[in-house]
Amino acid sequence: MNDKLVIAGHEFNSRFILGSGKYSLELIKAAVENAGAEIITLALRRANSDTDNILDYIPKGVTLLPNTSGARNAEEAVRIARLSREVGCGDFVKIEVIHDSKYLLPDNYETIKATEILAKEGFIVMPYMYPDLNAARDLVNAGAATIMPLGAPIGSNKGICTKDFIKILIEEIDLPIIVDAGIGKPSQACEAMEMGAAAVMANTAIATAGDIPAMAEAFKKAIEAGRTAYLSGMGRVIEKASASSPLTGFLQD
Amino acid sequence: MIKINGKDASEAKGSSLGQYLDEKGYKKTYIAVEVNGAILPKTEYDSYIINDEDIIEIVNFVGGG
Repeated sequence: MNDKLVIAGHEFNSRFILGSGKYSLELIKAAVENAGAEIITLALRRANSDTDNILDYIPKGVTLLPNTSGARNAEEAVRIARLSREVGCGDFVKIEVIHDSKYLLPDNYETIKATEILAKEGFIVMPYMYPDLNAARDLVNAGAATIMPLGAPIGSNKGICTKDFIKILIEEIDLPIIVDAGIGKPSQACEAMEMGAAAVMANTAIATAGDIPAMAEAFKKAIEAGRTAYLSGMGRVIEKASASSPLTGFLQD
Repeated sequence: MIKINGKDASEAKGSSLGQYLDEKGYKKTYIAVEVNGAILPKTEYDSYIINDEDIIEIVNFVGGG
């Protein structure tokens, strides 16, 4: 089946975007391979020359998606995005603008401003956002390549608390909708895909699992199952029973 | 005072940035450098001489979500 995830003309077979935070570098390769992930997120920070570099642990051919974590406004997000591109790993960037340390909720207004600037500079902009239809439309107009609405606060593993609003985005926005943040277990990733999300991004659910590579594999399977279910067309729901076996030929007649 | 990644680096005065990076063990392929708020392209590391009052940021990728 030719069912690719297409982001700004780039094709991906996998619909699982893997985060690389909060687990050891040694486990990244196994997690990426078990996840079948073709995109991995990274953060940009002050360099320390006496530690190993994460780029040595990411399998070749995987697309790097630097985030702008740490940015509190559009200006800081733009600065981080430009520095990330200068490292020399491509034009993809996940915009993240946050100035609330308790819930880590994104600032849609600043995110739109950063998206507009960076899209004009040729970045492939994937903004992390609070699922609001008006903001999503503004992001489309600003040149976003995808929309990444949150399911629940980052790192909470609470699942898709914003389900009904993400459904509206899937219905109304023509760009790939990638559910990012809050997805805590494979069944929730599957649920996102069944709803028609184009992809799922997860980090903490894998990073805090007992067996990280095995959980990456479980997510991969769940995302594939959800996607296939979505494409199949879900069976109908009715109030009363509907027998699955023939209602004729019973032995007592 | 010269500041590199938020710390006093006055001893770097007069060196080229390329020299400084080599001495400190930074691999140029992994990093990006900002000098006084502007990105310094990798091709200019060797020709840039670190001046008094420079504020330099050297960044790289780490794990993140």
